[in-house]
Order: sequence, then C-alpha cells, then structure tokens
Amino acid sequence: MKILAIDTSNYPLGIALLEDDKVLGEYITNIKKNHSIRVMPAIEALLKDCDTKPADLTKIVVAKGPGSYTGVRIGVTIAKTLAWSLNIPLTGISSLAVQAASAGKYFNGYLSPLFDARRGQVYTGLYRYDNGKLMNIREDQLLLSKNWAEELTQQPEKILFLGNDASIHRQQIEDIMGEQAIFSGITEMNPRPAELALIGKDMEPEDVHTFVPNYIRLAEAETKWLEENKKQKL
Amino acid sequence: MSEQNQWIMGIETSCDETAVAIVKNGKEIVSNIVSSQIESHKRFGGVVPEIASRHHVEQMTIVIEEAMKEADITFSDLTAIAVTEGPGLVGALLVGVNAAKALAFAHNIPLVGVHHIAGHIYANRLLTEMKFPLLSLVVSGGHTELVYMKEHGHFEVIGETRDDAAGEAYDKVARTLDLPYPGGPHIDRLAQLGEPTIPLPRAWLEEDSYDFSFSGLKSAVINTVHNAEQRGEKIEPEALAASFQQSVIDVLVTKAAKAAKAYKVNQVLLAGGVAANKGLRAALQETFEPLEEIELVIPPLSLCTDNAAMIAAAGSIYYEKGIRSQLNLNANPGLDISIHNS
Ligand SMILES: [Zn+2]
Repeated sequence: MKILAIDTSNYPLGIALLEDDKVLGEYITNIKKNHSIRVMPAIEALLKDCDTKPADLTKIVVAKGPGSYTGVRIGVTIAKTLAWSLNIPLTGISSLAVQAASAGKYFNGYLSPLFDARRGQVYTGLYRYDNGKLMNIREDQLLLSKNWAEELTQQPEKILFLGNDASIHRQQIEDIMGEQAIFSGITEMNPRPAELALIGKDMEPEDVHTFVPNYIRLAEAETKWLEENKKQKL
Repeated sequence: MSEQNQWIMGIETSCDETAVAIVKNGKEIVSNIVSSQIESHKRFGGVVPEIASRHHVEQMTIVIEEAMKEADITFSDLTAIAVTEGPGLVGALLVGVNAAKALAFAHNIPLVGVHHIAGHIYANRLLTEMKFPLLSLVVSGGHTELVYMKEHGHFEVIGETRDDAAGEAYDKVARTLDLPYPGGPHIDRLAQLGEPTIPLPRAWLEEDSYDFSFSGLKSAVINTVHNAEQRGEKIEPEALAASFQQSVIDVLVTKAAKAAKAYKVNQVLLAGGVAANKGLRAALQETFEPLEEIELVIPPLSLCTDNAAMIAAAGSIYYEKGIRSQLNLNANPGLDISIHNS
C-alpha cells in the first residue's frame, strides 16, 4: 500500500508518500512561488527518491480546501486526474483538518486551525484529538476572527491556534481571549502532508469524476447574482 | 513496411469549454468532446473566470474519459498529450495544464504545450492539407489577427487589433441592442434580415498596416443608438446590425485580401469563433473565389469554436518538430505564438 498525499491549499506546498505504517518521504516548502509550476516536479522527485513508480500508488489523498481557490484547484485537479487515470481511489480531506493535525495530536483541548481570508476574516473550524483520532467539533467556516475569538471564550478549555496565518490574527485573538489562547511554534506552522496521508488512509473514497474542492465561498459573481435575484423577487 | 500511426490527445480549457479530443496522424478526428459552460455564464452576461475554472474541475476527468472511450484507445496508444498553455483565462488554463501534466507523468507520455491560436489555425488541417505559404484570418472573442505561415509550425503575426477584438465589438454592440449573451450569433442573424443603411466608420489605419481597430466603430454604434433615443426615434435593430456587420467585414476581408496578394499565398484559412459568422463567410467567398491562385478554406462551425481537436492537430506538428514541455509547464495567458519559430 502506497499513498500519495498532495496539499497545495495555501502557500505551503506539501507532498508525502506513506507506505503502510511508514512515512517514506515528505516534501514541504513555504514560499510564495507558483504551485502550478512546482507540484508535478515535486511529486516526480519524491517518488523517484523513494523508488516508487506512479503505477505503484494505491491511493491518492488531497487537501480539498478551504484555502486559495487557485491553489486548491491545482491540487484537486492533479489528484483527480492521477486517481482516475491510474484507476485508484481518491480521498479528499479538509485542509483545516490537515493544519490541525500538524501540531495538535498531543494537545489536551480544542484546536483551531486557521487560514487568513482577508478583511479580518479567517477560514477555521474546531477540532480535537480523541484517542489518537482527529474529530471535527465545529465544521469549517468563514468568519471574522474577532467573532470567532469571542465565540471561543464560551468554551471551558484552552484553544490551540495553528497555521502560518495565525500570526496575522494573534493580537486580535489574544486581546479577546487572553491566556485561553495558545499558539503553535514556528516549526509546527506548516500543514504536514504525512498527516494528510494518514488521516485519509482508511477514509471512504470519493467519486473521482464528481469530486470538487470545498471552496466554502461562492464565486463573487454568483453571490451578487443571488442577491440581485432575491431583491427582484421581493 | 508498416507505418506507425501517431495518436495525439488534445486538451483545451482556455475559456468556457472543457474539451478533449483524440486526433490520428494530425489530420483525422477520432473523438472530439466539448463540454460547454455557456448556459452557466449566460445569467452573468459574459464568462466569469472563477466560475469557468470551477466548472473545468468538475468536467475535466469526465471529458477525458469520454474522449478515450469514444476513440477506443488506452494510454499506451498515445504518442503525446497536447494542451493549450495560453493565451486565455489563467485560472481556466491551469486546470487543463495540470490535468495534462498528471496524465503525462502517470503514463510516461510526452507532453506538448500548444498556443491556442495555433490550434484555431490548425483546425483547418482537419479538413484539408495546408499549402504554404498561407495566410490565416483569426477572428474570435479575444483575437483579431492576420497570421502568415511560410511552413508548418512557423507563425508570423502580420496584423492584429490595436484595441478591441472583433468578437468583443460584437458582444458590446449586442448589449447595446439588448440582445442576449453571447451576442455575436444574434447580430449575424439580425444582419441577414436588414439592410446596411446606417453610415458607420471603417478604421483602415495607416496605408501599409494590416492592423485592426474596432473601438471607434463600437462607439459609433453606441452613439447612433443614443442619439436616436434622444430624438425620440427608434433605430431599426436589423439595419443597425447589418450596418455594423458590414463595417467589420469590409475591413477584415479587404485587409485579408491585400495581405494575401502582397505575401503571394497559396491558401487563406479562416479561424476562430467568429468564423461561424455567415456574413463573413459569404464576403470571403465572394472575394477569394475569383482568385484562382488562392484556395479559401472555411472550417465547419464545430471546428471554428473552441475545441480540442484543433489543439491536438497543432500539437501533432509541434511534436514532429521535436517540441516538448516538461512537468514544470505553466499556464501562460500572454503566450507568444512565434516562440517556436526557427
Ligand atoms: Zn478560441
């Protein structure tokens, strides 16, 4: 069993190869460079170093968003095409779940992975580990980090914030939550593709053809169109 | 002696069509699948890039599978995969490019990035052999160009639009007349019903230039409608459509004929979505039929609009010229058609 995991949801580019209970290799960068140019060469290099041919792969796991629309689309397109053409199963995992898993495994409390979504907003959700299994407590959503922090003060325990973008909202969150908020260290900021592979390992496969990213947000034109049509109906 | 057949898969996602085709030996269409998103974009009055990109992700593997099933071939039969790398909408191009790279990698198949306009021109090779030197008149939503070719795979843009593409002018005029999107076919239909009685300008530019300009014409149409409204008159849309169309076609055909003679070409190829226009087809036939030394080729409608058979046809020539793309191939919305000229 050899699982290829791909995460291109945000600036970090992550590829991992998992064989049974062993991580054969991981490739992670966190730079503002074009994913479209770099993902396939990264996959090729990692597989080559691990003496693995595309035909040896038994499953593809991809981070399906939320995140950058274009970034998520590149990963999902590659994952769908590889899975379909190699005739192997495909599983999509929340990009926020991968972020939560990057440092939350031994934290006794709630995990709030977050990606910046501009104008004070974040993509986030609430997760926690239960007997070594990552559980989703509040589903992935888009909201103001201020509102999120206020909501979390109702929780009786400490919250660990994870992700490279947490620093953008840190001051805001600390002002509201005080010592209830904890932030992961810099070596745990990047989402780990090996965790993505592990989470997706035993998950049910998707229908490859109909599988789509989870953008959370409609395209802007669609939102406007819906608003205008609602107005006309009133 | 057994001759080896060449099988090229074409992938095209530069705008709002998700298309995959299989072409044999550069000339024979074995399958040609096009999934159009036009219905989805109609409500917005034009193509919305983000929505186009989302649709491509939904359709990509379905269309690839259909094209391969219809052609009844497997990956091991494929000689190469040709994909549109540009120009076009970057987010839309990215889906095709990354799908093509994933296929090429998974099955160790050579990859060839193709210029979208080269594809439109090579749609003609799916009808008849190209005879060089030739001239192609490329008219589409985003392009109005005269391309000279001295040989296969060698493209020289001798004239292009300095502002709006002809197709854009059609869409804007259609909006002025409150016609639904896409406006081009509606203008063409109305034009057949009316007489070109309204005087509109023709931009000839400098004496020796093969360039085009349609923004002045577009403004003139808008002003004509506006002025009539102010006088409380109603312009007959058929007459306006006919006058506008004649003005566009006059410039396109006159410049194409002048270039064809100056460059002593053997063939004139029509290419691009606007090539579906009945008025343009008729005017070209009228102009070029008396010229016995020049053969005029006009592809059927299905090969004028965006499709992947044309990308495979162009890819076939690129492949034979030894052009290969690597796994770092990117979408390039500003791609230059002449980069592979030797
Ligand atoms: Zn086109």
